[in-house]
Amino acid sequence: MFNETVLKEIDGIRAKYPDARSALLPSLYVAQREFGWLSPEAMTCVAKTLNLPEAMVRGTASFYAMFRHNPVGRNVIQLCTNVSCMILGSDRLLDLLKSRFDLEPGETTKDGRFSLVIMECIGACGTAPAMLVNTDFHDNLTEQNLEEIMGKYK
Amino acid sequence: MEKILLKNIENPNSADIREYQKTGGYQSISNAFEMQPRDVIEEVKSSGLRGRGGAGFPTAMKWNFANADPKFPKYLVCNADEGEPGTFKDRPILEKNPHLLIEGMVISGYALRAEYGYIYLRGEYPLAKDILDNAIAQAREKNYLGENILGKNVKFELSVYQGAGAYICGEETALIESLEGKKGQPRSKPPFPVNVGAWEMPTIVNNVETLSNVPYIIAIGGEAYSKIGREDCTGPKLYCVSGHVVKPGVYELPMGTNLRDIIYKHAGGIKNNKKLKAVLPGGISTPVLPADRIDCLMDFISMPKHGSMLGSGAVIVMDESVCMVKVAHRALKFFEHESCGKCVPCREGTGWLRQILGRIESGKGKQGDIELLSDITDIMSGRTFCPLGDGAAGVVTGMLRHFRDEFEEHIKSGHCKLSIDN
Ligand SMILES: Cc1cc2nc3c(=O)[nH]c(=O)nc-3n(C[C@H](O)[C@H](O)[C@H](O)COP(=O)(O)O)c2cc1C
Repeated sequence: MFNETVLKEIDGIRAKYPDARSALLPSLYVAQREFGWLSPEAMTCVAKTLNLPEAMVRGTASFYAMFRHNPVGRNVIQLCTNVSCMILGSDRLLDLLKSRFDLEPGETTKDGRFSLVIMECIGACGTAPAMLVNTDFHDNLTEQNLEEIMGKYK
Repeated sequence: MEKILLKNIENPNSADIREYQKTGGYQSISNAFEMQPRDVIEEVKSSGLRGRGGAGFPTAMKWNFANADPKFPKYLVCNADEGEPGTFKDRPILEKNPHLLIEGMVISGYALRAEYGYIYLRGEYPLAKDILDNAIAQAREKNYLGENILGKNVKFELSVYQGAGAYICGEETALIESLEGKKGQPRSKPPFPVNVGAWEMPTIVNNVETLSNVPYIIAIGGEAYSKIGREDCTGPKLYCVSGHVVKPGVYELPMGTNLRDIIYKHAGGIKNNKKLKAVLPGGISTPVLPADRIDCLMDFISMPKHGSMLGSGAVIVMDESVCMVKVAHRALKFFEHESCGKCVPCREGTGWLRQILGRIESGKGKQGDIELLSDITDIMSGRTFCPLGDGAAGVVTGMLRHFRDEFEEHIKSGHCKLSIDN
């Protein structure tokens, strides 16, 4: 179960909305932060805390791309490959991640350092190609600076 | 043109409330509170403001519908989902000018007698989340938000709700479902959100850019505001230009600026001395325009006459090196991924289109594939539950209308002529 601090945090979230179900997405974010991903246990905790059926929690969680249903690495690379990024070379970045880091979309490096998620536009089209690493934006990516940037994440 | 929405954003501290106040920020709240709520709506009506979320719906008309509904509480929801690929126009407001949006929401909430506001922010904007949370705390501290704003007995509570990576949640009824903690699947309309929205109460959903126009309208008056832009499509517009241009970025220009000027005058033209090939003028959901058809006014009324749409004002510029089959294939991967699964024509149709485009792109296209694509888009158009499926079909139709040769060439030769020099 969640500890006291987390339970308080979720209480605070609930207070913002007219009903408990509205606290579901924010609470799933909290659970993801606490557990690293939405493990079955994490979702059970959310269901119990909000007093919602587990099926409802799982059904909702599985709809949204940013909820993770598998453990991820220490750093999550979210690379955009939509049109604006694609025409400015995001494919080459994908190739580099494969050849240099043995990292494929949806997977995690063996050392657990990076996971790669393909994104559908992160709103950085004016500085494409772009990615988020965890919650940091990185713009105007090239094969050179991509390696440099990744070096900063351990 | 004087900057209204992007005012002061070069100032590195523009998101701080003190900087915002220094340049006249939050004065429109006091002005608005001197007026009757109904008169605030009248002012917005005379401004001619149309929603910037994509459809261009007259804002005051939506507000009047909500106002006419006797149910309370009413909710004001800011659509900050900004998911349309190629779109990054709301982001500078959210990250650099958050108080403009907050001020716009307080005034709109007052006009609509809505005491609760939510900003539905896409999950992919973590920086904006922190900045908005901080700005909301600052505004509350200065008594621009809360129970008794500026001692005038006006209540408005505001908070940020984070989406979790679903494009469809930009559609207003899917957004409301999501806000209620459900899967983001659109609802049937009517009833419209202005009557039955979040938690079954009247709910007004407006885009970030729409709400951010409100303080200026109150400051200079609706009449004066309506002189900006074009007669039936007024105000400033944020155009976000990406792709093969010299200076990509967000440009604040009068509504109805010529697409050619946006690309060549403002964004510096095509980079590396290459030739322009095609433009997606309002995000990837809007039909493509070939290079010789970019003399059009970028507003909600004019663009449909040119076979496309203003959409979110996301101008994606593609030079001669870009393969249109590849772009169409990538776009359909997006739509397949983002289809919510509720209705069959969209759920199945996007998948089929993606599959066929994929095989054409990889050189395995068959005779008859182009006709098959057209058949599927015909079946989808007008038959999907929400405009996502229409958009997907429209993208393919537009590509076939202007670049059919390129698709035929791929099928005939089994490869892409362009990939060789790329
Ligand atoms: C598939 C789809 C995605 C949409 N995405 C957005 C979006 O990201 N942001 C937005 O403001 N409106 C979006 N809209 C439009 C909204 O449904 C709605 O019309 C808009 O938020 C109303 O605000 P406005 O009147 O200020 O334009 C989308 C519509 C559809 C059909």
